[in-house]
Amino acid sequence: MQKEYTVTVYTEDRIGITNRITIIFTRRGINITSLTTAETEIPGVYKFVITVMSTREKLDKVVGQIERLIEIHRAFVHEEDEVVYQELALYKISTRSLHTGDIERLIRENNARILTITAEYFVIEKTGHQQELTDFIKKLEPYGLIEYTKSGRVAIVKWSRRFHEHLKELHTQDADIS
Amino acid sequence: MQQKDVLPMKPEIADKQLAVKPVITGSEAVIRSLIEEGVDTIFGYPGGAIMPIYDALYDFQDQVHHILVRHEQGATHAAQGYARSSGKVGVAFATSGPGATNLVTGLADAYMDSTPMVCITGQVAAALLGTDAFQETDVIGITMPITKWNIQVTRPEDIPGAMAKAFYIARSGRPGPVLVDITKNAQFGEFEYEYKKCEYIRSYRPIPELSQEAVSEAAALINSAKKPFILCGHGVLLSGAEKALIALAEKAQIPIGSTLLGLSAVPVDHPMYVGMLGMHGNYGPNMLTGEADVVIAVGMRFDDRVTGDVGTYVPNAKVIHIEIDAAEINKIVKADVAVHADAKPALEALIQQVNPADHTAWLEEFRAADKKEYDKVQHRELYPQEGELKMAEVIRLISEKTKGEAVLVTDVGQHQMVASRYYRFKNPNTNVTSGGMGTMGFSLPAAMGAKMGTPEKEVVAIIGDGCFQMTLQELATIHQSQIGVKIVILNNNFLGMVRQWQQLFFDRRYSSTEMVNPDFVQVAKGFYIPGKKVTAREDISAAIDEMLAHQGAYLLEVVVEKEDNVFPMVPAGAPITTIRLE
Repeated sequence: MQKEYTVTVYTEDRIGITNRITIIFTRRGINITSLTTAETEIPGVYKFVITVMSTREKLDKVVGQIERLIEIHRAFVHEEDEVVYQELALYKISTRSLHTGDIERLIRENNARILTITAEYFVIEKTGHQQELTDFIKKLEPYGLIEYTKSGRVAIVKWSRRFHEHLKELHTQDADIS
Repeated sequence: MQQKDVLPMKPEIADKQLAVKPVITGSEAVIRSLIEEGVDTIFGYPGGAIMPIYDALYDFQDQVHHILVRHEQGATHAAQGYARSSGKVGVAFATSGPGATNLVTGLADAYMDSTPMVCITGQVAAALLGTDAFQETDVIGITMPITKWNIQVTRPEDIPGAMAKAFYIARSGRPGPVLVDITKNAQFGEFEYEYKKCEYIRSYRPIPELSQEAVSEAAALINSAKKPFILCGHGVLLSGAEKALIALAEKAQIPIGSTLLGLSAVPVDHPMYVGMLGMHGNYGPNMLTGEADVVIAVGMRFDDRVTGDVGTYVPNAKVIHIEIDAAEINKIVKADVAVHADAKPALEALIQQVNPADHTAWLEEFRAADKKEYDKVQHRELYPQEGELKMAEVIRLISEKTKGEAVLVTDVGQHQMVASRYYRFKNPNTNVTSGGMGTMGFSLPAAMGAKMGTPEKEVVAIIGDGCFQMTLQELATIHQSQIGVKIVILNNNFLGMVRQWQQLFFDRRYSSTEMVNPDFVQVAKGFYIPGKKVTAREDISAAIDEMLAHQGAYLLEVVVEKEDNVFPMVPAGAPITTIRLE
């Protein structure tokens, strides 16, 4: 059955690595719904967090084919309850609306915060799961939402300890893969 | 011939004598790196962006033999043939742009068939990358999904490291093709050269650790089996596990079936060998997958041509899958016991724990099936008394006259299936064919490479009339480099396999499959290669003798039955046990 999964991939820092990973999803006709990447606590090792709608069976095979790539350390498929995850959204609102209604209460109740205020607009930041972030759009609409943007998912795996110890060991080894 | 007299080849010797690393160009570093990796043969074609490397090659002609092909696709297939017959890494050179894109088919073929190959392409200068410069193409992007690894090098000092990794990756673990794209400025630039072989990459584990637990589980399954069956794949050859596989089969009396690419791992006349698996394989090994209770799949990936309908495949069997590539385990067929390991150590460990067994009744079932196939199909194919020549009788004669010891290089289609079915392979690595990709035009250049890789062996290319016309310009290479391959064209003036499907599944609507062919013997003559055309049964034996006795390349065209079909056959997607004998 299709549902949302989080795929995490640990890679070396190499030009083209994103392409190498994504073409494996492309081959099987799987659409990537979000992709976030950044360096991990181990210098030179990057982590990709990818969300997709697919089946477990398909993704187990995809992950095997990703792991086969030379510059990949490991790749995993995670069910919803195996990861703690978060997304971040920014909302740009017309400053004029500050005077209409009770936006202060809205920001407090939704654990959002204001990042900046100019004469024309102000920017609210909110973190959460996708549904909360899109629900917040609806709440802000009466105040004149100018623009909305959202990050991909960042996720931490609940059972990742052993793997991260392995990664730290790698740190002592030669990272040169040029 | 000239030789550079500046420095000895080994950098460590140079270091000791001169206490400095030699300063050389990136181009020279490419050639020296190849020599460090034991390369003595390169197949290639020059062009603008790779000219500095060809210039450097000029000084090393006494150490590296360059074969000038007539199309870069030919270079890749020749490198594949070289690698498959010799076990060494095949090397191909091409220039940027069209030179590089012409490598694509061969790279994809080598990737599917796990063939170790390193392709070096020239690239426009780094400053021009991304500007649509003359003959610039994104060969890294193009070949990403069809190489085991690829890399673009833009600085001369990165060349030795890239070359070392390329060879390490190409030959280790499950082998595969690697492409190294080198910009022109990196070829021209000078640097202090030093070469260190690569033996480790921290994100890459080519040889998985053998799990003793998995071996024990596999042994327990085999020891409990009434009808065990070994499926021998290409991995057995790649791992050098032929003897271990045969020892296991002999100890526990387990019949061995082979995939197309596993052919030649086990001698055809071995008592445990029961034939080829798959769509046009033998009757017994296909039918009896339906009865086997334990299947031991070694170094194979359950291609759809082997399994037929996966849903009904090996319905009564527990599956032991011994496989070096984790991505192949559970990809198609769920493994009850997965032995993620190199085949040879896995089999050697398994033999220790497997009990001697007697499966006489089970082996009898294979022999009965063999007899059925022989009576219904093989006898009339191998020994026809009338009518036009049949492909199978030609293969039988070649097999007899070469004592099954030639390297058989086949192309793709009916002739490939017939050759694979009837050639009686005796020694490992003597079957070279395009399996996964099914690349028409493979065999003429691959045969050149196979002959270069194993010059002491007779190399016979079996080619269909359609396939031959896809890469026939390599006849010029064969003549120029005096490569003594024997070329047999089985000419039915049809794209035979497509025609067979049209007959069986498209109501005999022969859409674009009939060929009006050139005079192949005249074509060969134009390339200064002698040849003969045979149409009559009484002439074929002598013609094969003449071909084999000839010193050097020879082309034999055999006109065979126009609308012959290859049987047995399993229709695509049907259960493998529905294999038809007619």
